[in-house]
Amino acid sequence: MASSVLAFFFNLFEPFFKFGQKHLGFSKLGWLFVGPNLLVFGLFTFLPILINLIYAATGGVNLMPAERPYVGGENFGILFECRDYFDITTCRKDIFWRAILNTVQFSVIQVTLMVLLSLMTALVLNRKIIGRGFWRGVFFYPVLLSPVVVALIWKWLLQNEGAFNAGLVAMGSQPVEWLTTGSWAFFWTVFVSIWAHMGFYTLILLAGLQAIPKDMYEAAEMDAASPWRTLTKITLPLLMPNLIVVLVLAMIRAVQIFDEVFVLTGGGPGSATTFIVQFIYQTGFAEQIHLYGLAAAASLVLAVGLMTLTFVQLKLTKANEAGKRAR
Amino acid sequence: MNRIFIFFTRTHGKGRMDWTDYLSYAYLAVGLFTMFAPIVWLVMSSFKTESAVAQFPPTFLPYSQQSVKVMGHDQPLPLYLTKTPDGERSMAQVMRLGIEATMVDPAKPDAAPIKVNINDRKPINELKFAVENYTEVFGKFSFGKYLFNSVFITVIATLLTLLVNSMAAFALSKYQFKGQKFVFGLIIATLMIPPTIILVPVFLVINSVGFLNSLWGVILPAIATPTGVFLLRQYMLTIPDELLEAARMDHASEWRIYWKIILPLAAPALAVLAIFSVMWRWNDFLLPLIVLSKSEFFTLQLALNSFQGELNTQWHYLLAMTVITLIPITLVFAFLQKYITTGIAGAGVK
Repeated sequence: MASSVLAFFFNLFEPFFKFGQKHLGFSKLGWLFVGPNLLVFGLFTFLPILINLIYAATGGVNLMPAERPYVGGENFGILFECRDYFDITTCRKDIFWRAILNTVQFSVIQVTLMVLLSLMTALVLNRKIIGRGFWRGVFFYPVLLSPVVVALIWKWLLQNEGAFNAGLVAMGSQPVEWLTTGSWAFFWTVFVSIWAHMGFYTLILLAGLQAIPKDMYEAAEMDAASPWRTLTKITLPLLMPNLIVVLVLAMIRAVQIFDEVFVLTGGGPGSATTFIVQFIYQTGFAEQIHLYGLAAAASLVLAVGLMTLTFVQLKLTKANEAGKRAR
Repeated sequence: MNRIFIFFTRTHGKGRMDWTDYLSYAYLAVGLFTMFAPIVWLVMSSFKTESAVAQFPPTFLPYSQQSVKVMGHDQPLPLYLTKTPDGERSMAQVMRLGIEATMVDPAKPDAAPIKVNINDRKPINELKFAVENYTEVFGKFSFGKYLFNSVFITVIATLLTLLVNSMAAFALSKYQFKGQKFVFGLIIATLMIPPTIILVPVFLVINSVGFLNSLWGVILPAIATPTGVFLLRQYMLTIPDELLEAARMDHASEWRIYWKIILPLAAPALAVLAIFSVMWRWNDFLLPLIVLSKSEFFTLQLALNSFQGELNTQWHYLLAMTVITLIPITLVFAFLQKYITTGIAGAGVK
């Protein structure tokens, strides 16, 4: 069955490519093969990048760019207008600033803790332990779960009559409204995102650890180096390229956090867990009036942030390589 | 017993366990609990009846109160272990008013009901897996429709992803044409452009092509992935050119070469991309969220999101749906873990 379906597709396309081969010549045939890919990229990635600039510079509530009046930098003006720049509550779009501050705070805390935990886990998994594959799988499994499922698993545990509060009550303390108390909700977004993603980074770091030549450690053992010295003088320096990749990758992902939090807390209570992508989504799609221009402007701000992070990664990688050569 | 202990505690190296080994296993055990206890709790809870789900404090196993049919009452009545003047007996509750409950003996339905204080009776629970949570979601919420949408999107999008990206990878690895380097650079550059920053214009393009509230609006925008092109190209570079030359000698068309030689030989890389594609599509959320607003086009993820947002969340159904959504990914994980981990460790993709 399957093979006849495949043969059908093969026959469907062959005349087209034979025709191309005859008339375009061999060298241009490559374009025919890469064409569909470029078409999709063009339509859904490159074209949108250009249109995004148009949206950011136009106002109104129409979706069609032709029907949108040109407003210049007004969208950015709205986003950045504050009476007092040291107090975000005086800003015209204080929720935007709240979202940025939350995102920065979240990214720094989440990435630091997650990379430390991933490193620790990778170091443990790199020891001579029984069933390494199994243990690696244990930490990796949540990575595959969808953000919605992850959020629902934890929402069920953390709801007012959930397992966590049952534990508290059993120990004799008062139940806590985990997801509707600002600081707790923030804590759980950090915790849940670490829970869901640390396996991925553990895997990359473990691959890096296993690529370190064994004779390095044997030499260290000969010299009776302490485990701590072995870690700081051999393991960590040699793992540095992987650590940089992991740090920046985790940072880029953390800045774009949306799905899990959207389902877990909905950005609340208030705006305690509203992050920048949720601001873009709400401004452009969820609210009564769809302010596409403002959403596009905010996404350009996000793009600048992400570009900076990528730039930092390149610089760090280069500096690390230069340092290695100097050594 | 001692033998088992030795088996579990032997290390590959110098024989005995020292305290760092115990510490490692303790760490891993904590990890095992943290990672899997929430999932086990979810699965156990999904088998609870509606009333057991609402019960606080919750139990780990799905207990629910026993009920019994009593002559003269339409509904089954809940059973309680009741303190009566002549000792503890299991009795069914007919009604409850304030702190006073009216109980009847199910064995003697004709006997006069007795009134007891509600503190003098304890519910009789039995272990019961509420499988009906799973069967009822299909009837009550057009859950089958959402399941179909998710499967359709995942399967079609994965097939198209494999086709489109392998064609491009073939061109970029086995041909030399003008602008080839530029094309490859362009495709790799899109790695830097996450979908979140072009949300609004992508919505416009999808709308203009007429794909709003259509499954194709979720399938097509992401079938060309830089990760896929990169993964397949690197693999195809290792296929020797002599094979292609030999086929050309035999006057095979280029399409035939791609289809009959390159694709079969690139099967391992295609398998890795297929697994990733299945995971991406099954778990996709933000794009479907803006493209599919009518509930008849909802994917499982959107349906779950919309149910959990309702005022009276029916957790017993929601939990069952969550478990169903989790099953395909768990199967992928159980059988294909090796491919996934090598794919990630090799290319650093997710």
